[in-house]
Amino acid sequence: MSETTEKVRKTLARRYRAEKRFKAFGIGSIAIGLMALVLLFTDIIGKGHSAFVEHEIQLPITFDAEVLDISNPRDEDELNYGNYQGVIRDALAERFPSVEGRQDTRALNQLVSTGAGYALRDMLREDPSLLGETRTLWLLADDDVDLFLKANEKQREDSRLNAKQREWVAELEASGETRVVFNQSLFSYGDSREPEQAGILGAILGSLFTMIVTLVLSFPIGVAAAVYLEEFAPKNKFTDFIEVNINNLAAVPSIIFGLLGLAVIIGLFGLPRSVPLVGGIVLTLMTLPTIIISSRAAIKAVPPSIRQAALGLGASKMQVVLHHVLPLALPGMLTGAIIGMAQALGETAPLLMIGMVAFIVDLPAGPLDAATVLPVQIYLWADSPEQSFEALASAAIMVLLAFLITMNTLAVVLRKRLERRW
Amino acid sequence: MQTGNLLLLLVVMVAGAYYLGHRRSYALARPLGGIRHLHSLPFYFAMRSAMWCAIPAMVVLALWLAFDDSIIRQQVLASLPQQLQPTDASSYNLTLSKIQNVASGALPTSFVEPPIAEAAQRLQSLKQTSAMALTVVVIVLCMLGGAWAWLKVSPQLRARQQVERVLQTIFMLCATVAILTTVGIVLSVLFESIRFFGRVPVTDFLFGLQWSPQTALRADQVASGGAFGAVPLFMGTLLISAIALLVAVPVGLMSAIYLAEYASNRVRTVAKPALEVLAGVPTVVYGFFAALTVAPFIRGLGESIGLNVASESALAAGLVMGIMIIPFVSSLADDVITAVPQAMRDGSLGLGATKSETIKKVIFPAALPGIMGGILLAASRAIGETMIVVMAAGLAANLTANPLEAVTTITVQIVTLLTGDQEFDSAKTLAAFALGLMLFITTLVMNIFALHIVKKYREQYD
Repeated sequence: MSETTEKVRKTLARRYRAEKRFKAFGIGSIAIGLMALVLLFTDIIGKGHSAFVEHEIQLPITFDAEVLDISNPRDEDELNYGNYQGVIRDALAERFPSVEGRQDTRALNQLVSTGAGYALRDMLREDPSLLGETRTLWLLADDDVDLFLKANEKQREDSRLNAKQREWVAELEASGETRVVFNQSLFSYGDSREPEQAGILGAILGSLFTMIVTLVLSFPIGVAAAVYLEEFAPKNKFTDFIEVNINNLAAVPSIIFGLLGLAVIIGLFGLPRSVPLVGGIVLTLMTLPTIIISSRAAIKAVPPSIRQAALGLGASKMQVVLHHVLPLALPGMLTGAIIGMAQALGETAPLLMIGMVAFIVDLPAGPLDAATVLPVQIYLWADSPEQSFEALASAAIMVLLAFLITMNTLAVVLRKRLERRW
Repeated sequence: MQTGNLLLLLVVMVAGAYYLGHRRSYALARPLGGIRHLHSLPFYFAMRSAMWCAIPAMVVLALWLAFDDSIIRQQVLASLPQQLQPTDASSYNLTLSKIQNVASGALPTSFVEPPIAEAAQRLQSLKQTSAMALTVVVIVLCMLGGAWAWLKVSPQLRARQQVERVLQTIFMLCATVAILTTVGIVLSVLFESIRFFGRVPVTDFLFGLQWSPQTALRADQVASGGAFGAVPLFMGTLLISAIALLVAVPVGLMSAIYLAEYASNRVRTVAKPALEVLAGVPTVVYGFFAALTVAPFIRGLGESIGLNVASESALAAGLVMGIMIIPFVSSLADDVITAVPQAMRDGSLGLGATKSETIKKVIFPAALPGIMGGILLAASRAIGETMIVVMAAGLAANLTANPLEAVTTITVQIVTLLTGDQEFDSAKTLAAFALGLMLFITTLVMNIFALHIVKKYREQYD
């Protein structure tokens, strides 16, 4: 055995140890990444799942004409100004006859959501013969009651309810006068100051309108730009300049696009603030580089033999592109567009700049109505001091992630289905 | 007529022009013995008619809509008597919104001075006139264009070439949107920044140590000027980005190396997309995670070992931002590592080096420029990242290098200065644009530099 071999053999164990260590670092890194992913999802699901249900309280409600101050239940004005809170107050007082004193009565009345009155109004509108009748109804509980009922023993100690309220709620709970139902208001209302009445429908509609504007603008422009750069652009300084610009725009922080929207689209062209149209334009500018780059890749993947065959049969350059290259590249372009849309759907920062952070209760009806979008709604709720909004924000995140996962899966499926290998 | 209806009408007219052009080309071809005697297919004649009908009208419509508001505004303000003429920007906005509110009926006429009410009426009538004129002009242009194209149809007309040339021009215009966006960004940010630097000297902004942009309502209040020294913001941004990179670079790099060099195919097909999911999670979700889970956790952890941790510590924001950047680093690193030629690996392994030695001594140095480029790109991402820091980092400027304290960043300040209603012209809003300029320049330089490195490196092996 030579001297060198001897030397190598001596260090061999150490080198193998180093090898194992290095490999363990690699596995550890991947584990950290995956752990972060799992942690993120479990955290959000753990916080948000409770927001999909809410509690109701059972009360015998008497639609007393005198208390309601309604003489004709078919009169829309009277219906709208009816004193529904009074009826609920009476029902609560009847259920807890021992409660006395202003402070306690007020505390008692706080158990039921202020939105419950609207439910009564809608019932009365639907069935005017209810006036004067008594019905046992389930009414939406206040968010603090809801939180208290959802909490476990230990968390209940930190509840915002006072001692008496806790007693009453516990009594209702024990006698089966509370129940859990699916949180319908989450998917049928806009934002609200009251967590139990707040929903994400307004934000979803806002996101929808913004996405429609973005898609309608960015897909045609992106594809046209990609076609020009791949098929028609002469090799000169101007084309190079366009390419440099596209590459740089892809890496510009998104908030800068918000500044552009604020200064140019709102400041110079005078479009209104907070509307999905402006949001869509800003997001278009932001996603264009993504769409152009992926469309170019799709066009590049079409083999030159197809172009040559079409040219050989006498097609013009434009006919080659429109009749042959584009249809073949379309699946790839669509995939890129969906990924770009998913990016735009999750984007928040530029929309903050153009005023889509307003508190908007009404559901937007079109791209020119003031609206907010799903990620911004999450931001607003996460910043809110009331604890119930935290669960709502998590629930909204779950909905947003569901949309994103659907879009990305669609992109993957589309690519698998339609992609052709040449 | 409303713009929506007008657009609908335009579509109908264009379709009509298409149909008429199509019919006319057939009519002309029949006596000659079929469409093969035409220069182009009937489709091109029809398209040509449609384009003549649509394009001039669309261009006029777009320009009109873009500028009619500001022109009408100016006219209305110019008609005001001398004593009501706005002198500065804020009174300009006030007068304008007064007039607009009266015109829309939100403010009764009895609440304002008579000239304002008159101006409101004028605004209303000008708007109506403008809308009417627009309708007439667009319809006339449409008809004229369509008629002209219809008249010009002849068997010899080179319709295909003309249509193709127009299409190609439209394609090119779409490609120049990228340039226009860049120019728009530079101009809007630069223009407002120059106005800002007219009030606050550049040197104060770049080297000042005090950041408190609250300008006072009254001139005689304490600290009425506001301080615009941006160094604490730069330091805060650097601190949070540095923490993020400290997390993301080792983890991302090692994952990339493992996935590229060690992992079996099965592991790779599962782990790689799973890591990339991290890149697809919206930043607002990370912000939520950082603000409501990580920050309280770190605070609790710090308190349990007797450390005083701010509830909006830089550490929490940086950690979560690092998680966000992991897939970014790993996919870029993966690209450059797999681009290293197999021959180099084989050579090293053939000489008896272990796999890790090959990676450390051969592959890593060969891939280093590309990896550096990737890290630079990741850093520029971290600097420009907004939502995580808006939700999890502090608002008050704080010049410190302690990761357990709250710091604020450039992007946080841009958001806080610009959200909410405020006039467009105060030093506060302008400061946001100056910060935007700094952010834009920094990230641009980093990106160009990084792309340059990556490109140069790629050329070596191709």
